[in-house]
Amino acid sequence: MQRGPFSWKTLWPYAAVFAALLLLPVALSRFYVYITAVIFVTALLAMSLNMVVGHGGLYQFHHAAFYGVGAYTCALLLVKTGLPAWIGFVAAPFAAALAGLLIGWFCVRLNKLYFGMLQISLGSLLWAIAFRWYDLTGGDDGIHGVPIPDAISTISSSYYFVLLVLAASVMVMYLIYRSPFGKTLQAIRDNPERCEAVGIHVRRHQLLAIVIATFFAGVAGVLFVVVEGSVFPDLLFWVLSLEVFIMCLLGGWFTFAGPMVGAAITVALRTFVGTYTEYWTLILGVILILLIFFLPEGVMGFIIERTRGGESEG
Amino acid sequence: MLQVESITKSFDGFLAVNDAYLSVERGEIVAVIGPNGAGKTTLFRLITGHLQPDEGRIVFEGGSIAGLRPFEVCRKGISLSFQVVNVFSRMTVFENVQVAVLSHQKKTRKLFSHSGRHGIAETEEILHNVGLVDKARRVSGSLSHGDQKVLEMAIALGNRPELLIMDEPTAGMSPEETSVTIDLIHRLMQELGLTILFCEHDMELVFSIAHRIMVMQHGRSIIQGPPDEVRSNEEVQSAYLGGT
Repeated sequence: MQRGPFSWKTLWPYAAVFAALLLLPVALSRFYVYITAVIFVTALLAMSLNMVVGHGGLYQFHHAAFYGVGAYTCALLLVKTGLPAWIGFVAAPFAAALAGLLIGWFCVRLNKLYFGMLQISLGSLLWAIAFRWYDLTGGDDGIHGVPIPDAISTISSSYYFVLLVLAASVMVMYLIYRSPFGKTLQAIRDNPERCEAVGIHVRRHQLLAIVIATFFAGVAGVLFVVVEGSVFPDLLFWVLSLEVFIMCLLGGWFTFAGPMVGAAITVALRTFVGTYTEYWTLILGVILILLIFFLPEGVMGFIIERTRGGESEG
Repeated sequence: MLQVESITKSFDGFLAVNDAYLSVERGEIVAVIGPNGAGKTTLFRLITGHLQPDEGRIVFEGGSIAGLRPFEVCRKGISLSFQVVNVFSRMTVFENVQVAVLSHQKKTRKLFSHSGRHGIAETEEILHNVGLVDKARRVSGSLSHGDQKVLEMAIALGNRPELLIMDEPTAGMSPEETSVTIDLIHRLMQELGLTILFCEHDMELVFSIAHRIMVMQHGRSIIQGPPDEVRSNEEVQSAYLGGT
């Protein structure tokens, strides 16, 4: 039990995947490189949500609101101020975390569904601001043509930037997942009443988890701006929150890496099936129904169960 | 150590605990007995902060703890072992106890160090004490009911409490498991110097290990005293012991 957080046994599959992804732009066309970058951005968003949903047991129903806050903060700082781009990149996750702190402060006072309902309400306020405040946010048009620094403005260079930021973020998240805080959070998910009885200030830990998760949602927002060069109110819309929630479920929300798998499946479906029919969500729905019956622990949960003979990950 | 004075709690007009009193001195084992619905669990939950009293005083180590939340009461040195098994079902036995140890060591907000480096020796010591070392890596939800009750106690010990409150520690256990648990409680008390407050339906257990017994009926405290005094009390005999 004294193993380090990054033992070779757990790390090598990820290292192999990372090495393969580094070579991807050489092998694939620009379109597929772009789609992979979109998957990375979405994967980071789903991973950040799973910190609170899968590992924290919180009904974080409107996580996209914080993704949008990150993206808009970055875009606004890049478009409306003469500040260096890196300031926008760094400030955006902190803005998202601040929004997470403010909204979370109210939400952690409520339980389960009430938590989720309040968050949808408060998150929708942020969406309304982005949607209606034309002078600042461009309203429903959003903001286009965000000036991205030359070094990361091409498809392949933005791909590498997104990949590196994703890898760094996932490593930090993994550290947190295996930390005393991560263990405590999982205990709170399992049994908040028992946690209180062993001296844990449950609300404070939940709030800290929300702040961390929304910080990484803000990082994903920055990456979205880098890949797309634009922002629009749909980024803060509750439908996207639901989609990301499904990604966690699909990939396996009790696993660490599951949400990335869920994000890859969902984005691939949207991209490839979406070209044939606008009803691609119908297929997603069918997959979800099958999942609930046959893989209740998600794709990654199923794989881990098979490879480790039932021993849970982490 | 603990004084409960004139404590009252009602639910929608029903007086679950009515002007009850209780005292526990350091180093003793105190049992609370009474028929079902007498208010024993409610009394314990009032002490541990899971319920807030309507009236009365709860004093622990000279300070009032009435109205504090459960985590605050726990940090004062009172741990509760629940009547119904209340463990972290998706986590291993080791992790279940480790969480309580981490809480006691104030390390639950450490973000960037591996949990496998904190509270290990303390957790292993507790698991060794309660006899769950061999099952440390098993997911707690897969344990037998008896083992889960012992784990329940082990979690409560993780906070190194001065006062351990146990709500029916042998409820649902087989006779063999009950006898092992009685030995365990004896041993914990002697080795760890714990003060124990518990409630139990098993009269053999109560009269064999309790230094003093408090009897409750209809939310009221009838008497608190040594086992012999309680046994010979007429009111207790008619109310609970069936005249035996």
